[in-house]
Amino acid sequence: MTLTSPAGGGPARTSARRRAAVVPALPPARVVRGPSRPRLQRALVPWLFLVPGLAFAAVFKLWPMLQGFRLSVLEVQPFLGDLFVGLDNYRAVLSDPRFVDALGHTVLLGVGTALGGLVVGTALALLLEGSSPVLAVTRTAVFLPVVTAVAVVGEIWRIIYFPTSTGLLNSVLGWVGIPAQQFLGDPQTALWWVVVVGVWTAAPYDMVIILAGLAGIDRSLYEAASVDGASVWQRLRHIVIPGLRASISVVLTLAAIRSLRTFTEVYVLTGGGPAGATEVWMTRVYSLGFRSNDLGLASAASVLLLVVTLVLTLAVRWATARRSAA
Amino acid sequence: MSAPAAVRSARRRREAAPTTRFDTALGWTRAGAAVTALRWVLVALVVLVFAVPFLTVVLGAFDASPDATRFTLLPSDLTLQNFVVAGERGVYGFLAHSLVILGGGLLLQVAISVLTAYGLARFRFRGQGVVLVLFLLTMMLPEEVIAVPLSLVIGDLPVLGTNLRGTVFGVILPVAMWGFSILIMTEFMRDIPKEIEEAARLDGVGELRMLLLVILPLCRPALGVVTIFGFMMIWDQYLLPLIAADDPSDYTLTVALSLLRSDPQVGSGVLLAGALLALVPSLVVYLLMQRSLVTGITSGATKG
Repeated sequence: MTLTSPAGGGPARTSARRRAAVVPALPPARVVRGPSRPRLQRALVPWLFLVPGLAFAAVFKLWPMLQGFRLSVLEVQPFLGDLFVGLDNYRAVLSDPRFVDALGHTVLLGVGTALGGLVVGTALALLLEGSSPVLAVTRTAVFLPVVTAVAVVGEIWRIIYFPTSTGLLNSVLGWVGIPAQQFLGDPQTALWWVVVVGVWTAAPYDMVIILAGLAGIDRSLYEAASVDGASVWQRLRHIVIPGLRASISVVLTLAAIRSLRTFTEVYVLTGGGPAGATEVWMTRVYSLGFRSNDLGLASAASVLLLVVTLVLTLAVRWATARRSAA
Repeated sequence: MSAPAAVRSARRRREAAPTTRFDTALGWTRAGAAVTALRWVLVALVVLVFAVPFLTVVLGAFDASPDATRFTLLPSDLTLQNFVVAGERGVYGFLAHSLVILGGGLLLQVAISVLTAYGLARFRFRGQGVVLVLFLLTMMLPEEVIAVPLSLVIGDLPVLGTNLRGTVFGVILPVAMWGFSILIMTEFMRDIPKEIEEAARLDGVGELRMLLLVILPLCRPALGVVTIFGFMMIWDQYLLPLIAADDPSDYTLTVALSLLRSDPQVGSGVLLAGALLALVPSLVVYLLMQRSLVTGITSGATKG
């Protein structure tokens, strides 16, 4: 009987068995059609559902990725024909001081944002944990930066950072007696002001994750600690932090890796300036690829970023898989 | 009648007591008046830091004063002039453009993730593992990394040779396949018990009707998660509309904000009016779908 053939898979087999047991007298439509449907045709059915996804993945992800690898070893010259240059583009990227600077900025921005987001997010979670409706509304309001488009966040902060003494943040600083700051205009501090914006959007996201982690901690542990006379700090140190570690460490590492490709925040806030003080890897790639049209160099830099991202992501996943298996 | 009720409520109070004493990690409810007061001051400060910037956008957008960078919580004069000027700069065209891209992209994205998930979750076939790894790989592949070759693909589609640059399809088609939403849908559909299909199978229902009439109605929580994350992903696109545009008139609203900012003839009130228009859809979707959003974030967190 074709219904029980391996090509039919699990459901057909169970339904066949069940039919035999429960309603042997009433042959359903499936049996009539079953033999008329060849095995090959049935094996094709799942692929029909996969075709759209696979087609889009191929055209807009995998094909561009392969093209990126190809471009990275070429000197792309419109109308003149592309020139194979081997690893020259990679050598040029790695020896370009602006790329080296950009790498430093990227890592600083990524680590600063991830750590700052964690600290502020944890503080927010501890402060806003609870069932009162006022807290629920506060949590909703605090989460707004996460749902807002990054470009809009950037524009808002450009106005907050307006460098005159009547600028929004400068007026607030003025109230407590701090002189007017240049913010994004000062090459010394501009990157840190970008980090502040990053923390502002990352912290509420981390807050939600940490709140979920806090909800999973057994309340009776707090009770037991309190009976033993533990202080609030000891309770945090020995119950809360160990209880959260598993859920947040991976998320955080992945967030730090993701931030290696930061583009929009920096592009909107500073465009990489002043004087390259906030240039990150992707803004450099953008200006090379789309301003100076050096597609080969930009692709080589992209491939390097891809390799680093993939290696770090797989390493984190491998480490977590090993830890959870141990 | 009254006695058992009193006993019940007393018992309930006794049972509730230990949990309310420590309903939070810091044990706020046990704290004294001074600590509680401190807490509310901190909460107010948090609201100030995270929500007030949005309030200044709203107020600045309606403020008649040309210098909206000043810190004003009460605008001197309310006006719609900023929106009129923003309209003259084509902001409503950009907004329409953004909304078309959002609608088309989201529809396509959800449809593709549902179809793909059904194929991956409800069948067993040779090559399944490879396909799954392939979609995982596209998730790990940052969109920014393929920006340069993607811009070439948008300009000259493989096989078809069509040029999508300057059209809405230049943004809609590249966001149509998103590994994240495929994975969320697949994991959800996999958990639906096979037995649910059987009754319909006995009635001779085909695969497409099985998906639309039996499986999909059960997937509402996953559809919510996929929809709000898809919305945020598409509304947040910046580099893609930038490289898919032929000239600035093809920009989406979020990208076009930079045009308003660098326009020397308009003040920041006009920029804030544009920013407010870009903010409103996010606000509406967020307030309607908050629960799905939190579900998505926390489920992603526990899976790592």
